[in-house]
Amino acid sequence: MPTAAPVAPRKRPRSSRAARENRAGYGFIAPWLVGLAVFVVGPMAASLYFAFTDYNLLQPPQFIGIQNFVQMFTEDPRYMNAVRVTLTYVAVSVPMQLLFALLLALLLNRAISGVGVYRAAFYLPSLIGGSVAVAVLWRQVFGRGGLLNQALGALGVDAATSWIGNPETALWTLVILNVWTFGSPMVIFLAGLRQIPSSLYEAAAVDGASPARQFLNITLPLLTPIVFFNIILQTIAAFQAFVPAYIISGGRGGPADSTLFYTLYLYQRGFASFDMGYASAMAWILLLTIAIVTAAHFLFSRYWVFYGDDEK
Amino acid sequence: MTRTTAATSASLRAAARARSRRRTILLHSFLLLAITLMLYPLVWLVVSSLRPNELIFSDPTLLPSGLTLDNYIQGWSAHAVSFAVYFGNSAFVTVAAILGNLLACSLAAYAFARLRFKLKTMWMAILLGTIMLPEHVTIVPQYVLFSELGWLNTFLPLVAPKFFAADAFFVFLIVQFIRTLPRELNEAAEIDGCGQFAIYRRIVLPLIVPALATTAIFTFIWTWNDFSRPLVFLTDARLYTVPMALRLFVDAQAGTNWGALFAMSVLSLIPVFLFFIFGQRFLIRGIATTGLK
Repeated sequence: MPTAAPVAPRKRPRSSRAARENRAGYGFIAPWLVGLAVFVVGPMAASLYFAFTDYNLLQPPQFIGIQNFVQMFTEDPRYMNAVRVTLTYVAVSVPMQLLFALLLALLLNRAISGVGVYRAAFYLPSLIGGSVAVAVLWRQVFGRGGLLNQALGALGVDAATSWIGNPETALWTLVILNVWTFGSPMVIFLAGLRQIPSSLYEAAAVDGASPARQFLNITLPLLTPIVFFNIILQTIAAFQAFVPAYIISGGRGGPADSTLFYTLYLYQRGFASFDMGYASAMAWILLLTIAIVTAAHFLFSRYWVFYGDDEK
Repeated sequence: MTRTTAATSASLRAAARARSRRRTILLHSFLLLAITLMLYPLVWLVVSSLRPNELIFSDPTLLPSGLTLDNYIQGWSAHAVSFAVYFGNSAFVTVAAILGNLLACSLAAYAFARLRFKLKTMWMAILLGTIMLPEHVTIVPQYVLFSELGWLNTFLPLVAPKFFAADAFFVFLIVQFIRTLPRELNEAAEIDGCGQFAIYRRIVLPLIVPALATTAIFTFIWTWNDFSRPLVFLTDARLYTVPMALRLFVDAQAGTNWGALFAMSVLSLIPVFLFFIFGQRFLIRGIATTGLK
């Protein structure tokens, strides 16, 4: 077509603008992409391979099939114990933590003076709950001559037991530590409560609904997405708890392996005895467990999480 | 008749006011009690760090008897390496981590929030996926990688990933923030012939300072408190960060010097407190919008 030539635009054509934007986009995400390849995808692929090998860093990895996994589930009582300890910790501490968070959020969600100060004070422990300093404090507080027993003594209760040294109670001190950090889910609950339109409560009050009724029929249903969000976040975090157990038990997971969290055992196998293959296999089971638990929550959520417009 | 109704309704209102006041007082008392219980151990930690060592295991009160700085003096040089070095190490790692996160995360976030590029949806899904990824899955092969590179016993394993936006949370946080800005700003700048990098640097960056502040504060607190990565990647005591140095007290064969340990624990918490007090606004916004810890 000879007529095509004069129509050729003076400026660059449209497609070139899109191409420029595409190039710019990749330029901006380039650091992240490199990081993704080098620090995430590459290591994950390597980890998946190591999981099927016997690898101690000194000799090259020896492929041994699924033997690491077989050993975990059939020949390693410490592994099964770590699973039990971690599941107990998750199943007990997350609901308790969220219950406190919800309760306090409800109490703070009213027009009282000093809400900001209260919120800050309740939130503070979440910021430092994972620190070594607080774990150290916990070790003292729940030790034999620790703050708790001193306080009990002052109240006339003679408590000479070390809560940390007793296999029956050691895990509970860690549960309490996790419950103590209810401030961050509480802040999320508070933000959710603020989103509920006050007109709903006014209408309900006009209809003569009691506060309890308003809570059950307005607050709770409209808050379920936030509850769901908090359950997912805190469950994932609890599965990975490491620092408090490490510090309280001096890295051993004791007494009698009662605080041997999954991650702590993984650390021991990987970085104390350099069973890199076994540790990698453990890491993949952890990842799968977290993925399955999260997926189950999502599947189950349709039966209780309320997202407003049903026709959407 | 009307007078009596008016009188009863007035007294009823007064009664309701009294009831609501009683309820408010009850609520405040409960909240104060709860806060006292929760924060008591922390306050006691501070007070105990200022008292003679033996009181730590005998005095549960907060009475400031026999105040002394001995624990701080002893603790500061309790190990072969002074705490000045540990604090210096922690400060270096933390500042570098903040710089890395601010730079790399804001760059990626700008692209995800404002630019159209191929496979963007897929990359965004992967980005969100990595947020949920447990660090334990990658730490073993990262250890192998860093030992091959000769990075063990350097700060690189703690710092380098941040310059590649490894903390994908913050990309997400900044994306959410940029999306609230009017798009017209971009269009106007493009018409004026601004390149994308100029738009990012001159227009978007100044407007997302609150999100950057949230990023900086959370990066500070997480990096400052981080224990598991230094534990894996650092074995040379001269490179220890503060949490690693605190652990040394617990490992000591001769039994723990609790006074010194408490004193150094308090020092390690002070920067976090300061950020908490001055950055609260940004912290609360950060958690409320993305659910960060």
